[in-house]
Amino acid sequence: MTEGELIPHLFRTEYRKIVSVLSKRFGFNQIEIAEDITSDTFLTATQTWGVNGLPENPVAWLYSVAKNKAKNHLKRNNIFENKIVQEIKNNASAPQDPEIDLSPENINDSQLQMMFAICHPSISTEAQIGLSLRILCGFGIEEIADAFLTNKETINKRLFRAKEKLREEKIDIELPPTNQIENRLETILATIYLLFNEGYYSVSQNKTLRKELCLEAMRLCKMLVENNTTNKPSVNALLSLMCFHASRFEARFNKGGETVLYDEQDTSLWNPELISSGGYYLNCSANGDQISKYHLEAGIAYWSTQKPDTAEKWESVLQLYNRLLQIEYSPIAALNRTYALSKANSKEEAIQEAEKLNLTDNQFYFGLLGELWQNIDNKKSKENFQKALDLSKTETSRQAIQAKMAKI
Amino acid sequence: MEEFVLLFRLDILTKEKQPSPELLQEYMKQYQDWIGGIAAQNKFVGGKGLSTEGRVCKFNNVVTDGPFAETKESIAGYTIIRAIDFDDAVKMASGCPILKGEGNSVEVRKVQNPK
Repeated sequence: MTEGELIPHLFRTEYRKIVSVLSKRFGFNQIEIAEDITSDTFLTATQTWGVNGLPENPVAWLYSVAKNKAKNHLKRNNIFENKIVQEIKNNASAPQDPEIDLSPENINDSQLQMMFAICHPSISTEAQIGLSLRILCGFGIEEIADAFLTNKETINKRLFRAKEKLREEKIDIELPPTNQIENRLETILATIYLLFNEGYYSVSQNKTLRKELCLEAMRLCKMLVENNTTNKPSVNALLSLMCFHASRFEARFNKGGETVLYDEQDTSLWNPELISSGGYYLNCSANGDQISKYHLEAGIAYWSTQKPDTAEKWESVLQLYNRLLQIEYSPIAALNRTYALSKANSKEEAIQEAEKLNLTDNQFYFGLLGELWQNIDNKKSKENFQKALDLSKTETSRQAIQAKMAKI
Repeated sequence: MEEFVLLFRLDILTKEKQPSPELLQEYMKQYQDWIGGIAAQNKFVGGKGLSTEGRVCKFNNVVTDGPFAETKESIAGYTIIRAIDFDDAVKMASGCPILKGEGNSVEVRKVQNPK
């Protein structure tokens, strides 16, 4: 890696660690100072390395510079707090040399605690995702703006307000009490899953960025799995689900960057390591007596990694959707459930059920009906595909529907 | 939309009337497919199955083993759904697979909201 590549890479991997440790040390109310010191550290690195060449151990170099900058900040604060303020109180005590602990353990603990602080129910999920990307993933403001399809100014404002709110709420960077862990984890998992979906289903054309979002979501979830306090069944289920989905990442786009539908994907591009990791975490998630929506979605995602159309596959998928919908309704789950019903039971039954769904503003609803009527009543099939076509908003989906119509 | 409670009544006590494990599995599929269809319309609110054993508390501190009723059928579970009106609720309830068994019933009751 050249120096030009190394600094952005280190920024991505080390920024979040240094910020978390410093914020933890200073307190959440000084998170901006922690961010400034960290950014400043990277600026110093760019300037010094450009002139003197790379140090032997760039990470250790960054840590030691960040440490010194942080210590100087604390000393200045200390002098004010202890000397001047105490002098006034006429009760002077010697200022202590502040320590900054950048050991792997403290880095890990601080990041985990930071995750709980950022994914706090008092701020919106959008703000949680933004802050997570900035502070836990080391994303630049521009990249975050790109991911949300908005501008830098909007993101800056959103992050600023979110930090203000967390300060007002006097959020500490610490793990919540044991009896609240499960509850608070729910918010974190929801944020991680949204972050993943932002990458997986985003309309952003930037494929590299989208993949990064998915990988970051998986990394955050893995941090939770690797800590005993947060290694809960639902966390494993979410990680499993993301592994299964991410296994198809390379197959989902063609060389031109357009989406390739599931049925047309080249299965040799599916990633076997991720599929097997998904299986591993799915097993780990079975450790308990609670079934979360992530368990059910991971089960469905598992079957998506099995291409052959077997009776067992569709019966399992149908039952998983039946249960998922009882926990949480969504139009897409309702449509997928109906598709599974057509495969597991019969097309006729699925048509009857589809007509009860009442999703007449949804292009996928008509796409599904088009598919169900095919070979039963081709006229109805075409009519429904036409309605789907009228509702579809992207060129890719129009092409996909037209291709299906051409086959009738 | 209003909420309706569906009460499932069937014979859960007579030994000869209980399904074999294979049949039970088939019944569970039918039940889940039915409930899944309601949930897919965003009309499922909640529901649980109930234990076969029970206690019945009565006047004068009398407690008996139950569940029992004047008939052999007892409440096996309940489901709460959202429906436009009684007709809509009854339409959904009538798809319940337990109704394939003679003597079984699904009682539909509207949840009263304080006005």
